[in-house]
Amino acid sequence: MMNVPVEEKIFHAQKAVPMDKHNSSISIKVKDLNVYYSSVHALKSVTLDIQKKAVTALIGPSGCGKSTFLRTLNRMNDTLPGARIEGSVIIDGVNIYGSEINVVALRRIVGMVFQKSNPFPKTIFDNVAYGPRLQGIKNKSMLEGIVEESLKKSAIWDEVKDRLEKPALELSGGQQQRICIARALAVNPEIVLMDEPASALDPISTAKIEELIHELKKNYTIVIVTHNMQQAARVSDFTGYFYLGLLVEHGETKKIFTTPDKKETEDYITGRFG
Amino acid sequence: MRESIVSNLTVKHDNLSENFMNGLVRIFAVVPLIAIFLILWIIVKNGAGVVTGSFLLLAPTDGMTQGGIFPCIFGAIAKTVLMVVMALPLGVAAAIYLVEYAGDGIVFRLIRAAVNNLAGVPSIVFGLFGLGFFVLFVGRNLDQVLKTGLLFGQPCMLWAAATLAILVLPVIIVSTEEALISVPQSHRAASLALGATKWQTIWRVVIPQARGGILTGAILAVSRGAGETAPILFTGVAYFLPHLPVVNLFGFIPMVNPFDQFMDLSYHIYIMATQSVDAEKTLPIQYGTTLVLISLTFLLNLVAVLFRMYFRKKQGLVTI
Repeated sequence: MMNVPVEEKIFHAQKAVPMDKHNSSISIKVKDLNVYYSSVHALKSVTLDIQKKAVTALIGPSGCGKSTFLRTLNRMNDTLPGARIEGSVIIDGVNIYGSEINVVALRRIVGMVFQKSNPFPKTIFDNVAYGPRLQGIKNKSMLEGIVEESLKKSAIWDEVKDRLEKPALELSGGQQQRICIARALAVNPEIVLMDEPASALDPISTAKIEELIHELKKNYTIVIVTHNMQQAARVSDFTGYFYLGLLVEHGETKKIFTTPDKKETEDYITGRFG
Repeated sequence: MRESIVSNLTVKHDNLSENFMNGLVRIFAVVPLIAIFLILWIIVKNGAGVVTGSFLLLAPTDGMTQGGIFPCIFGAIAKTVLMVVMALPLGVAAAIYLVEYAGDGIVFRLIRAAVNNLAGVPSIVFGLFGLGFFVLFVGRNLDQVLKTGLLFGQPCMLWAAATLAILVLPVIIVSTEEALISVPQSHRAASLALGATKWQTIWRVVIPQARGGILTGAILAVSRGAGETAPILFTGVAYFLPHLPVVNLFGFIPMVNPFDQFMDLSYHIYIMATQSVDAEKTLPIQYGTTLVLISLTFLLNLVAVLFRMYFRKKQGLVTI
């Protein structure tokens, strides 16, 4: 369905000159990223490489900037009044804060799942088909194919296949969240951002979402913000610890959770504060 | 110490002023109930016998002391439809601008103030405005530019409906605004994150959820505008019209002629009561016409409630 090169998808008018293509294992290259909300300096010189087809967890106490960081990766902060962003975020060789960037196209490559499941008050089918329809896909059987595939990838097909025409809001919270994941996948992104996707769910639903994240990383780059340290340890390959707008430490999850370099990281992970 | 508290708790309060205020607010609260009951009772009692098939389907006869009120029903419905067609897109567009696009800047405050003030303008002022602006300014100038003689520059259904449209604009704007605001911000975020543009988000996510509220606004506007007399007084309503305001498009497709004058229910009640050749004789017609007008308004309100319930159910939300 989409064999257009990524650069062309992001750049809508002008063809891009790839800035950095040699390291193919890196999905997102963040350099010197600063975010200000009016006078608040919310992110301070964050530099970080996010690996392709792996799960990167962002942890840290409330207000540390991890969600702000996540939202810079698909430029959702643009909509906030007073937000100012400096630095670069390079996805597949293109700086998404460059002047020629088509934000709409960017968000088709960088999908997002929110903290509270937020399906539209439409049918399950219409929820999942929302993104493809935006792109002008009208063919019924094509849409059906995308919806089925996305629901299967989100491990909810068997639960909803007989009631695709029922309102999505009739499902349980955990099911709704998986519908939202399917909705994001239906756009065929390369990167999926998850902002505490299980924080409002019960343990069984949470386990299902975590299992799903494991499955998804085979095909997608996943960046997940979580408050739950065990969850970060369980699902992620890499972990970044944020504190007061700074990326304190970043590395393989195994290392961060066993022998972190920084004392602050150790204090947070062992529960001494936060 | 303890005993004194207990005894204080059990001692009867001086209940006189307490009971007096209690009773007073109770009586005042019942006044609207009594008012609506009296209005309905008087109208139904006197009007029910008058409203027959022929009353609804025939034109007035014998110097408007006999016959039916069909031209008035026809005019009222045609005028109201025309009014909604003009007011709804304008009002919804204004509300979308206010909620989705305008910040808290000077433009927003100016429009906000204009909407609030518009809602407070007496309806007769709208009538004079309609005559001055639509009929004399817009209409006469159109006639001059288009060399149409005296087509636009005279009172007609188009200008009456336009005047009413401006009168009901605040109703539509305010209820549409409320409907738009009630759409969760998280749905807008979800849509944008899926690669929707702002307008796609408004069109595919926000408006469908606000449909019930917008529709309710439209129907509230209808029940407000349909019964107004003053705004149409100088802009298009006729005392008596021997024909229906209908024209044959291309010679054979009958349609409402917006450039003709029209008869109207509310104005008919007014002239029957004050300008009739024999006001006593027309009393039954007055009651009958009033009953028809009120029934139409109630019916519309009912439709509004049903629509709202339908849309909420369709979205999987809790009913009412």
